[in-house]
Amino acid sequence: MSEAGRVRRKWTNRIMLILCGCAVGLCILILALIVGYTVAKGANYLNVDFLTHTSKPVGEIGGGMRDEIYGTFILVGLASVIALPIGLMAGIYLAEFGSPAVASVVRFIADVLAGVPSIVVGVFAYAILVRPMHTYSALSAGVALAIIMIPVVARTAEEAMRLVPNSMREAALALGINRWRAVLGVVVPGALTGIITGIMLAVARIAGETAPLIFTALGSAFGVQGLLQPIGALPLQIYRYALSPYPDWQQQAWAAAFLLMILVLGINIVVRSVSRRKSM
Amino acid sequence: MLYELTNNTTGQAAPERVIGAQGNTKYILEVVKLSAWYGKAKAVNDISMKIKAQAITALIGPSGCGKSTLIRCMNRMHEVSDGGKVSGQVLLDGSDIYGREVDAVTIRRRIGMVFQKPTAFPTMSIFDNVASGINLTRLWYRKGELQDLVVHSLKKAALWEEVKNKLNRSGASLSGGQQQRLCIARAIAIEPEILLMDEPCSALDPISTLKIEELMLEIKKDYTVVIVTHNMQQAARVSDCTGFLLLGELIEFAPTKELFSVPHDKRTEDYITGRFG
Amino acid sequence: MKCSDSGTTSSIAVKDWSGRRGRLGDKIFLYLTFIFALIIAVSLVALLIVLNISAWPAIQKFGVSFLTSLDWDPVKEVFGALPAIYGTLLSSIIALIIAVPISIGSAVFLSELAPAWIREPCSFLIEMLAAIPSVIIGLWGLFVLVPFIRSPIESWLGSHLGFLPLFQGPLFGLGFLAAGIILAVMVVPIITAVSRDVMRAVPVTQREAMYALGATRWETIYRTVLPYCRSGLLGAVILGLGRALGETMAVTMVIGNSYALTSSLFSPGVTIASKIASEFSEASGDIYIGSLVELALVLFGITLLVNIIARLMVWRMISVKATGE
Repeated sequence: MSEAGRVRRKWTNRIMLILCGCAVGLCILILALIVGYTVAKGANYLNVDFLTHTSKPVGEIGGGMRDEIYGTFILVGLASVIALPIGLMAGIYLAEFGSPAVASVVRFIADVLAGVPSIVVGVFAYAILVRPMHTYSALSAGVALAIIMIPVVARTAEEAMRLVPNSMREAALALGINRWRAVLGVVVPGALTGIITGIMLAVARIAGETAPLIFTALGSAFGVQGLLQPIGALPLQIYRYALSPYPDWQQQAWAAAFLLMILVLGINIVVRSVSRRKSM
Repeated sequence: MLYELTNNTTGQAAPERVIGAQGNTKYILEVVKLSAWYGKAKAVNDISMKIKAQAITALIGPSGCGKSTLIRCMNRMHEVSDGGKVSGQVLLDGSDIYGREVDAVTIRRRIGMVFQKPTAFPTMSIFDNVASGINLTRLWYRKGELQDLVVHSLKKAALWEEVKNKLNRSGASLSGGQQQRLCIARAIAIEPEILLMDEPCSALDPISTLKIEELMLEIKKDYTVVIVTHNMQQAARVSDCTGFLLLGELIEFAPTKELFSVPHDKRTEDYITGRFG
Repeated sequence: MKCSDSGTTSSIAVKDWSGRRGRLGDKIFLYLTFIFALIIAVSLVALLIVLNISAWPAIQKFGVSFLTSLDWDPVKEVFGALPAIYGTLLSSIIALIIAVPISIGSAVFLSELAPAWIREPCSFLIEMLAAIPSVIIGLWGLFVLVPFIRSPIESWLGSHLGFLPLFQGPLFGLGFLAAGIILAVMVVPIITAVSRDVMRAVPVTQREAMYALGATRWETIYRTVLPYCRSGLLGAVILGLGRALGETMAVTMVIGNSYALTSSLFSPGVTIASKIASEFSEASGDIYIGSLVELALVLFGITLLVNIIARLMVWRMISVKATGE
């Protein structure tokens, strides 16, 4: 091996390693830019008015997004009410009661469903709810979000329950406890942290979803009118205001984005640091 | 007490379990031509033995000889394992626990088990751990009776003094030896007739092991104990009868003193003197 | 499971009330959880059926030509998907070209090079990037990235490399280049995370063998680690592709919405997702809506195929590793 060859190899090594470091640096830079701009442009506009007023008509300065904030919470709540029971029970089935053959089919379908683009789910919700009911509604949006949420909750619940060691199950069975009471009384509580983590992450995800809302919730200029009426939500409003030609609305879009980002990233940070600490 | 209203066999069993003054021993459990498989692999081959009531029976043998499998067949835990299959009979008070109409869950309340790895339920307090056999099986119970039962079981398991001030702490906050005694208390709380112990001390330090051995000698007055151990000295110390297993077969089964001093089978002698295993 | 034929009915058996009820409880619980699991399966089937029914007017009218036609005329009710399909594929490919080197490089850094005190926070930060809702990334893309692309990026590319058809045309900022970059931002976290996990699955002995031969760090990575987990990395990239294909909001906001096939990165275009997002609420009439639903079906089909392939590759690599050890 010649001296020149060795030097070349050493420099190739250094350069490639530096490039890899730059790759990570670039990712973090982009994150900083996105978060930074959102904070910078959004925080200014964010004040009490924004949180408590409803939106003003086109052209008028001011106004807030109170109804859209309510809307986001209502939709997330509605989706959770539908998705959590289904997802959790399905997860219990996959982890504890399912026969291996059937369970693997269900698991596969859940994974496929999780990969469906959210806009396709929105189209589905439109077709089965908006069209027959002849109205855009919070219900249809909630169903769309629930469909996105269910496979995620089911799979994370299943994974969490699988982590409970078999010795726990055997100890419970050896006490003469019935299978289903052993699952509910020992396995599920043992997996609770993981299950809650999965639920919170799923909630954070659907809170930021916009595509399925465009033609199910539609957005509402009249505030929250009821589950069978159109409803506004933060991400939807960001989308509409961002594409509008009014600088004031665009400013509000940044403020709403700031709010949404605090919510979503906040949940993510809290959940991940709690689960990281637990696994130490 | 708690079981009177629902389990009407308890009242009958007691008088028959007394060991007569003449040493007229009662066999509470009888294994008849038992074989067990994991899938296609046969782990226990045609074993028959009789377990004396209110005595400690030890099962010894090298790793893989089938002693754990055998003991798990005694309370129908073997069928919980993947591919677990059993043929033969296990007679509890004369009735086969593998009978067609018999519910495995009921059997496990009469034949309890303590495992090798101390598994206190981490999501429950110490009190709830001991009470879990009752909480998760009964629809109702009188609160005061539950309290008494937990205290009684913890005292029997020689753990009461150490935990009486922290009954509300999580079960997982105890040391290994304490957790194992907690598991024993938990198993005793459902008032079984027989207590099976699958290498209960192998994950513990010597001091905890000693405490549990003392415990066993105490509780054999009320329960029948069958213990699997890879520690021959332990078997010699605590048990009344010992069975030696090798490759899924019962080679020899005799009163402990006899087995360890004058073994009949050469293989037993080889194992005891440490030539293998 | 049990094979006992003693035939005896024991005295223990029938009388324990809670025993029998327990067996019933197990059965009920089994059926209950099974029904909920079935709901998941039914949802997918329902999705397919319902979409097909809604798209049927368009499928019937246009047939296969839907996939090859360039028209999109709501007035005349003539629709074709080709520019949308083209746009979806093009924007995703651009995204991958940008994202893959960055992702693999980051994954190498996180899996092989970084000491633990850097690895944890950096992985965390990249996960945070994945958590940002796409509408916020779209907002940022529209007001921060697009002006930046318009100048200096596009003006530099246009003046220096303008001889290539890729870099010709008026500088809007909005367009395929912007869409590609935005998609890359969204896809990098996924590819990085999966690649990092795949790389960590490579057994230590492989690396040690190379070091023993006097290889440098990079050479070890390049010659041993990367080839070993090749199919896993490919799977990660394809997973990223699946994500890029289905991405809606961020793309819709920066791609400029022009329904034509172009060869220039500077020109605006559409993706299937952006077309549906921007027109669905105003669509009326069975053919119009049917065409949009048919677009959704096409998108569903493409992403389904891509995701299945990706999973097979990642799964295969992990199981090969498990058996090969």
